[in-house]
Amino acid sequence: MEALDLARWQFAVTTVYHFLFVPLTLGTVWFVAGFQTAWVRTGDVRYLKLTKFFGKLFLINFAMGVVTGIVQEFQFGMNWADYSRFVGDVFGAPLAMEGLLAFFLESTFLGLWIFGWDRLPARLHLGTIYAAAFGTMFSAYFILAANAWMQHPVGFDLDPTTGRAVLTDIGAVLFQNTAVIAFLHTMAASFLVSGTAVAAVGVAFLMKERQVEIFRPAVMAGAVVTLVAGALVAVTGDMDAKIMVQQQPMKMAAAEGLYQTTADAPFSVLSIGDLSGTQATRVIEIPGLLSWLSTGSFGSQVQGIDNLQAQYAADPQYSALPGGDDYIPYVPVAYWGFRLMIGLGMIAAAWAIWTLWRYRRGRNPLSGRVFRVISYVIVLGPLMAMSAGWIFTEMGRQPWIVFGQQKTAAAVSSSVSSGEVLVSLIGFTLVYAALAVVEVALLLRYIKQGAPEQVSTEPYDRNSSADTDKQLEFAY
Amino acid sequence: MESATLLHTIWFALIAILWIGYFVLDGFDLGVGTLIRFIGTDDLRRRVMINTIGPVWDGNEVWLLVAGGATFAAFPLWYATMFSGYYLALFVLLLALILRGVAFEYRGKKDSARWRSNWDWAIFTGSVLPAVLFGVAFGNIVSGSQIQPTESGSGFVGAGALNYTGTPLLSLLGPFPLLLGAMTLLVFTTHGAIFLMLKTSGEVRQAARRVAQRLGLVAAMVSVAALLWAQAFSGRVAVTLPIVLVAATTWVISWLMVVRGRDGWAFTLSSVTIALSVAALFIGLFPRVMPSSIDTAYDLTVMNASSSPYTLTVMTVVAVVMTPIVLAYQGWTYWVFRKRLSTSIIPAPSVTGRADDRFAGSAEPAPRSG
Repeated sequence: MEALDLARWQFAVTTVYHFLFVPLTLGTVWFVAGFQTAWVRTGDVRYLKLTKFFGKLFLINFAMGVVTGIVQEFQFGMNWADYSRFVGDVFGAPLAMEGLLAFFLESTFLGLWIFGWDRLPARLHLGTIYAAAFGTMFSAYFILAANAWMQHPVGFDLDPTTGRAVLTDIGAVLFQNTAVIAFLHTMAASFLVSGTAVAAVGVAFLMKERQVEIFRPAVMAGAVVTLVAGALVAVTGDMDAKIMVQQQPMKMAAAEGLYQTTADAPFSVLSIGDLSGTQATRVIEIPGLLSWLSTGSFGSQVQGIDNLQAQYAADPQYSALPGGDDYIPYVPVAYWGFRLMIGLGMIAAAWAIWTLWRYRRGRNPLSGRVFRVISYVIVLGPLMAMSAGWIFTEMGRQPWIVFGQQKTAAAVSSSVSSGEVLVSLIGFTLVYAALAVVEVALLLRYIKQGAPEQVSTEPYDRNSSADTDKQLEFAY
Repeated sequence: MESATLLHTIWFALIAILWIGYFVLDGFDLGVGTLIRFIGTDDLRRRVMINTIGPVWDGNEVWLLVAGGATFAAFPLWYATMFSGYYLALFVLLLALILRGVAFEYRGKKDSARWRSNWDWAIFTGSVLPAVLFGVAFGNIVSGSQIQPTESGSGFVGAGALNYTGTPLLSLLGPFPLLLGAMTLLVFTTHGAIFLMLKTSGEVRQAARRVAQRLGLVAAMVSVAALLWAQAFSGRVAVTLPIVLVAATTWVISWLMVVRGRDGWAFTLSSVTIALSVAALFIGLFPRVMPSSIDTAYDLTVMNASSSPYTLTVMTVVAVVMTPIVLAYQGWTYWVFRKRLSTSIIPAPSVTGRADDRFAGSAEPAPRSG
């Protein structure tokens, strides 16, 4: 395999891994903050136990998010040197801001939260988890703004002498609707997966009649969040799709397997056959729906893959850019990625409705094998949906690395041999896989142990920072 | 050739400051992690050591990410050429940092001596390797790497086509970079030992003090050799040599403070020494950012590697606003966790949450004296 393909595989593997852990971080941190807030306000020790329980799971997961994130920061320069040269003036800024405004905040205050139970008054200690939570959210915003610029580059000029992009409007880059909607959609999806995870863990306890009075609130909170998040994911997803039809019509056409420009286009729910050819048998279709989804009005025209390819190939500006003249992304991945993202995500919302119904008004039915089995695995649904979504949106943008400006083939580091990339690809894949197994094993182990039986409710002692004989409340 | 503007100079200085911040802060984390296998003779001692940096190591590591991100934003061609050029070395660095990062959190999660031992090796390797590699990397930057124009897949010309053309790893392991790598390893380990002196009491502190005393002398000799050799690559020896001499002095005084048990002063001065040494390297480098050992016409400089004035201005505003805030809350963290740790105050491992748990191998540690 060529260095380009290996580099693409490596970016895909490392990013998908990173984005398995990160959405759980983004959502669960707010659950931990919420439980701790309930504890501080009501003094009900159940909430303190929930805080410690989910806090521990959160930290086990957060560690993986951080270390896989370090690789991301470096990988642009390592494997995509010509991309970095081309976009650095524009793309580098949100990344640097992410470090200054988000990473410092989340890392510093998480350290204060983990170790500060006995060093900080309760309210201040509560503040630290909120600061960390905001840090994670700022981080998501900046990186999504950077990615949005790859999808829809704005606020820049091309320097005629160097051929590089030059930033002219930081506001446009940071606040274009592509960025804002992507952020809202990603945050909603993170709450979807985290709410599902929290509720599913709680259900496991309720079904075993273990610590029921502690985990009931977790089940209800998780399920409600999942439902609300599911609705927001759908709404923001619809907005995102409409934006995508305008900004990257080829991606939408590929997501639909729509080869010919069609007015009053049907939405294909299921299509079989040769999706990468020109024939596909549409098994289930909803008439007119694609037109409505794309533009908001039935009967509107939706552009097809072949029409767009002809249009792009004839564009002299596009042909002048190195990287070939094939503007069609890999259609099966776009088609199935889009559907898996929607389907697997909505399954979680459906489960949440079931859960809320099942446990309504204080009920705790212990039977129900189907429900139990589904609950054990349901979190995989939204988790895989997030991967599907990212694979869809990134592969759907191909052959472009920056849409309309730079093709992926031209962006790879020319000084890095395929042997070197093979080494790092294998290395990262193996290490990530091993650590992921460890993380899941630890999560399951700590879930099984349940919420702590005893917690110290008044750990803070204003003298404890000075008192060198007092045992630490927590230590690694 | 255009000369460096004020913005170029400000950003070069800011990147130097970010690296200084990283080496002063994560420097002692790496040092403590290295000393795990030396001072950490039993589990309790190792836990004391890990817990001195437990609350702060992650925030300290962020300085590295910001240094990288800022380099990307301000000098994208430097970021691109350096990170793609030093590819395999950076890959090893990343693996090491990954292992270290996970190890801190996962080490205490299972009550098994073998589990803990594996993660201790991860902490050790994840500390030693970066400590050496940073020195090697900066040694190559400062003394020049095999950089020249190559075919650009994107059709870039001029500075945009300057790439590293040496062998993936071997070309980076020349004598000067290796000496600088030895220097960073020794200095960070000593700095870590001094940090332990400041943050612990009792047996850990005694052991740390012995290490700091002995290692400090070795570090001094290696550092003087490395930094004097570095003067051969400095663009302004008249400035950098005095700085190096001051750094040597502060290190010696730091050593004397170690001998006298003045922990605070020892740590302050070891930090100052690191800051001055890194500053000297950067000042000697300016206005180049990645000198070429093939031809000075192929040097990457602050002028040809940088972003536009607009980007540099935007980033300056962000940096000026955010840096004091970050320093304030990171500084506050050190104040919150100012208490000295000793083996007697480390609680039993909270491996499970049950009060009636039975630990297979790790009995409640008997209270030790100090």
